[in-house]
This record gives sequence, C-alpha cells and structure tokens, in this order.
Amino acid sequence: MNLREVMAASHVVVCCGSGGVGKTTSAAVLAVNAAREGRRAVVVTIDPARRLADALGLEGLTNKPALVDGPWPGEMWAMMLDTKATFDGLVRRYSRDGAQADEILANSFYRNISSSLSGTQEYMASEKLYELAVEGDYDLIVVDTPPTRNALDFLEAPQRLARFLDHRLYRVLMMPTRGIVKAVNLAAQTVMRSVAKVVGADVIADAIAFFSAFEGMEQGFKDRAREVDALLRRDDTAFVLVASPKADTVAEAGYFARELNRMGISVKALIVNRMSPVFGELPDDSTDLEAVAASDPMAGIDAPAGSALDDLITCLSESRASATGEHSHLLGISADVAPAPVVGVAIQPFEVSDLDSLDKLGSIVFDPGSALNNLG
Amino acid sequence: MIIVAGKGGVGKTAVTGALAHAASSVGVRVLIVEIEGKSGLASAFGSDHLTYEEIGFIDPGPGHAGITARTLTPDDALIEYLHDHGMKRISNRLVSSGALDMVSTAVPGIRDILVLGKIKQLERASEFDLVIVDAPAAGHAISFLRSASGLADAVKVGPINSQAREVLELLNDPTRCRVVLVTIPEETPVNELIETAYSVEDEVGLALGPVVINGLLARTPGLDVDPDQAASKVGVVLTPEQSRLLAEAAAFRISRAELQDLQLNRLAEDLPLPQIRLPQLFTSEIGLAEIESLAATLVEQIRCLPAHEGGST
Repeated sequence: MNLREVMAASHVVVCCGSGGVGKTTSAAVLAVNAAREGRRAVVVTIDPARRLADALGLEGLTNKPALVDGPWPGEMWAMMLDTKATFDGLVRRYSRDGAQADEILANSFYRNISSSLSGTQEYMASEKLYELAVEGDYDLIVVDTPPTRNALDFLEAPQRLARFLDHRLYRVLMMPTRGIVKAVNLAAQTVMRSVAKVVGADVIADAIAFFSAFEGMEQGFKDRAREVDALLRRDDTAFVLVASPKADTVAEAGYFARELNRMGISVKALIVNRMSPVFGELPDDSTDLEAVAASDPMAGIDAPAGSALDDLITCLSESRASATGEHSHLLGISADVAPAPVVGVAIQPFEVSDLDSLDKLGSIVFDPGSALNNLG
Repeated sequence: MIIVAGKGGVGKTAVTGALAHAASSVGVRVLIVEIEGKSGLASAFGSDHLTYEEIGFIDPGPGHAGITARTLTPDDALIEYLHDHGMKRISNRLVSSGALDMVSTAVPGIRDILVLGKIKQLERASEFDLVIVDAPAAGHAISFLRSASGLADAVKVGPINSQAREVLELLNDPTRCRVVLVTIPEETPVNELIETAYSVEDEVGLALGPVVINGLLARTPGLDVDPDQAASKVGVVLTPEQSRLLAEAAAFRISRAELQDLQLNRLAEDLPLPQIRLPQLFTSEIGLAEIESLAATLVEQIRCLPAHEGGST
C-alpha cells in the first residue's frame, strides 16, 4: 500500500514520534489531503506552532472542531486539544448528578490531575479522538500526539488513569478503622503519614476529598478506557510514525515500531520529514564508503582552495554528505515498519505558514516520487 | 551552573556536549547532568549510556580539566531524597503502592523540585567548577524551572518548602546560574525561543546567558557564481551534469541561507541578547570529532563576547 491507500482505508490516524520532527504539520497535511479528496476530515492538534495554528484558523484552545475554509471539495475541521475541558467533560458524563460533578471540578487535587499527572494529556487526546470517532460525523480523524518519549504512553494512558482513579491506596485510606486492620493497610497509613509530614497534611486531605467525591465513577472511567483502547486497535485505525532523518529520531521511530508490534499494533506508514535533497545519485548502500566515493559527481576535479569553483564543490559535497548520512540511518528501518510505506519529505525552502503551503507540502508528501523504496 | 534549554530537534544535547568540552579545555572541571536520561550525549562521547552513577567523559589531563556526566531523573532524585530523610524503609513501598503518582499529583512540581534540589547540592560540591544541566525540552523546561517558586508558595512549611527556597536562591542568582537557550535559525524554533526567553526571565526570574544558534549554513561568495564560469576561471571544464548539480546545490543553499538570515535578524531584533552561532555539521550523527569542532567555535566566540556576558567562566 502507498500512503494514499493507507489514508483511504483509515477512519482514525494517530501521528506519533519524538519532538521537533514536524508531527503536527504532518497531521495537518494528512487532514488537508483528505479534504481535497472529498472527505470530511478533522485534525486534533496538541500544541501547534503559532504560524500553523494561524494557518488553521485556531485562536487558542477551542476543544471543539472549527471549520477551516479552503479550496477543496471535502471538509477540513481543526481543533486544539484542551486537556482540562476534555477531562471536565468526562467527569460530567460519568457523575451521578451535577452536585457530584461540581464537587470534583472544584477540588484542587482534581485540578492538578489535568495539569500535572503524567499521561493525562495523552489520555485526553485519545478520549477526544474517541468522542470524535463515535459521536462526530467525520470520515477521517487525525490526531497529533504529545511528544512523548514512548509512543506506548498514548496507548497505555487510558488504563493507567483508570487505575489511578481506582486507587487501592485510597480505599485503604477511606476505611482505616475496620475491625481487622490488615497489615497492608497499616503499612499504607504509615506511608501516608510520612508523606503528609513532608508535603503537608492539607495536601493529603485534598487528595482524599477528591477520591471520596469520585466514588462510584471509577467503573465508568474504566469502561471508557477499554472502549478507547478497542478503537485504537481497530483495523481502520492507523498509527503513522513521523520522524526526521537524524540518527536518534530514526532509532526512536524504529523502537516505536517494534514496541507497537509487540502490542499487536502495526505501523501503517512512516513519514520522514526534513530530508536533505539529493543532488545526483546515491549508491543503494550508503554505508559502503567506496561506493559513496565512486558516486561522487565531482570525483577527480581539483579546484584551487578559495576559488568560486571550490565553494560550489564544497556546497555540493556537503549536501551530498548530509543526504548520505540520512540515507544510512534510514537503511533497515523499513524492516521495522514493513510492509508500511516509508515516505521521505525533503526540507522545503518555505515555511508552513498558511493553507497554501500546507497544500504544497501535501502534494509532496503524497507524490509517489516521495516514497523511499531504496532502503534495503 | 548553566541550564541548556531548547525545543526538540535543535541540537540541545550537542550544544551541551560542546559547552562542556569548551569549558574543560580552558581549565574548568565540568559535570553534565542529563535529566531525561537520554543516551545521545553518551554516544557522542563514546560511552554506552549515562547512569545515575557519575562516569568520566574526558579524564583530567593536559589540555583538559575533565568532564564527568550523570543522569538525574525525578525517580532517582525522589528515592535519594527519601533515603536522606530517614524514609529508606518505605521508599520501595511508596513506589510499588502507586503512592508516588498520587503524591506528585497532589503536589505538582514535587518531582522537579527534588531534581533541582539535588542539582543544587551538586552545584555546591567542590569537585566541579561548572554544572551543565541538559534541561527537559522547551515546554517542560519552563514548568521545571517554575516548580521552585510554585512550591515555595504552595507548601508553606516543612522540608519541601526549605528545599524550594534554597533552589530559588540558586536560580535567581545570576552569578551562580544562567540559562543558555538553543535554537536553529528557522521560524518556529525561533518563535519558541523568544517566548521561552521571556518566560524564563519574567516568570521564573532566571538570568539568560548568550543565545546559541545552531546549524548555521555558510553562504560562501562562490555560490553566486555560475558553475561554468567558475570552472573556466581555474581551467576546469565541467560536464553539463556536473554544472547542473553544482548550480542546484548552490541555489538550494542560497534559498535556505536567505530564510536563515531573516530569522537571525528577527531574533536579534526581538531578543537583545548576544548570539553565539554554530555552523551546521554535515553529518546526522554527533561524535567526539563534531563536539570538538563545535567546542572550538564556542571558545572562539565566547572570547569575542562583551566581557560581562562571558560570566565567570
């Protein structure tokens, strides 16, 4: 399958990769392209750069998709994830009544969850994805993910949070004086007393008040987490890895691919952004130094140091050195993502700052010539 | 202490390594502290990976005062804190019962303050002249640095409060601590750098050192000359293919260099800080040779900075 076919077969696309590789831009490009193909697409961004946000008409957190006007037959919607508002929505959904919801929303421990508990942003991104997939009327939902060190955080966050909210430590705290105090309870209370000594008793009291207000909602959260997980594992959900051709981000992409595989999820495509353009030909095996030297188009030409020709040759050979290095890092990654297509997107001499440039980038991403077929 | 911060992908780790190398080469004993536990830095210095235990990157000897490196993850810092505060017995249980997650949610920033607290201890230690902290990526760097003032307000008494106050004292003292921001000359990273710079100064109260702009492309004069003319001037005849490739590579370089100059000018206008400019290295993997060459450029450029900006090092 090529990238176009992967997108056509997908209802949900999750873009993952390390920070600074152009993940948000790639997510937007995929959604724009779907709109061009007549589909109704929505892109959920996490923390877009200002110009990209402007290009998409996003002014701050909206948490609701807004229509992006553009010259396409389909529809393109965009939104910026508001972690807290999404969490608030979940609390309202699963609370018994308004009073329970209000009590939770006002609790300071709860407010910290949405800003400080690791994994919450990932969880709310997948929750938003689920809402849009189930309740929205979209043909394609593209979600950008927070730049986690581990792609699996995104998959594991819902269950982790459900576990956190269903905390056994809390249960222990809530029933301290039952007839037979189990050893484990006693130990846990010792722990909490020590913790209270360090961070202050009122902090712990807030936490207890939160869990107590939350009572009864754990099951709803657990069920929801299971449904989100099932959505992420569907056949028409595609995990698309985004990387840059630097050694470390390629290594990370390979690691993501293997870990996802281990969890029974296959990567559907790899997009490598910011590739150096190749001037001339590179050998298939870019690690073969002799072959690289033999492919040098300027071999045998001697330019005096400081001459204009020397400058020109240096510039060409530097460009080729970058391209060779990048190619050698990418060698072998196609084995990690096979049979998923690998697409290389060259560094562009323009910044993605409006819909036109997004569109232009899209035509490069989906150009069959961008497929990297020579990666061994 | 120097805190190196910047958006992902700008070469923060390479700059950290180069700064350390430059300092060591002028007689400063350096400790590098890596907070996210990544291995990029270790492989650049030919080591496998960093650990909680200090490892030597460059041994003291002629021409070098020495570079030592270690990781300091929040979990490491917390366990050490508990050990130091007579809670060794319960530290394992804290981890296994999940109470840690609960505590760090109840007290946002507690993980960060423990890391900073430990760094403060290292800064005080006599075996190093300079501690270089490879900070978390930009967005998190601000909340990381803000944890001290946040906690000093949120937790009024007890050991966390005094920890936070001592950390603040270090962070807010420009003779002890500076932040070096790293970027590449492209629009989005430059925007983020400017935003981060103002947050670091205004919200966190930290002093900024020079800004490091990484990955600069050189626009040599010959690039503007037509390849065939350039060749005939030195008695060389090019094939049409050679001439085409030279022209294409030069045109691409010039267009990138023009975009880069726009960003450099904008940065200079929006952020009145001295700039250190490092050249783009045409390898996608950083090794000791690259670190050495960046370090040499750093030393040269730091010497050219106005005296008071060079700081104590």
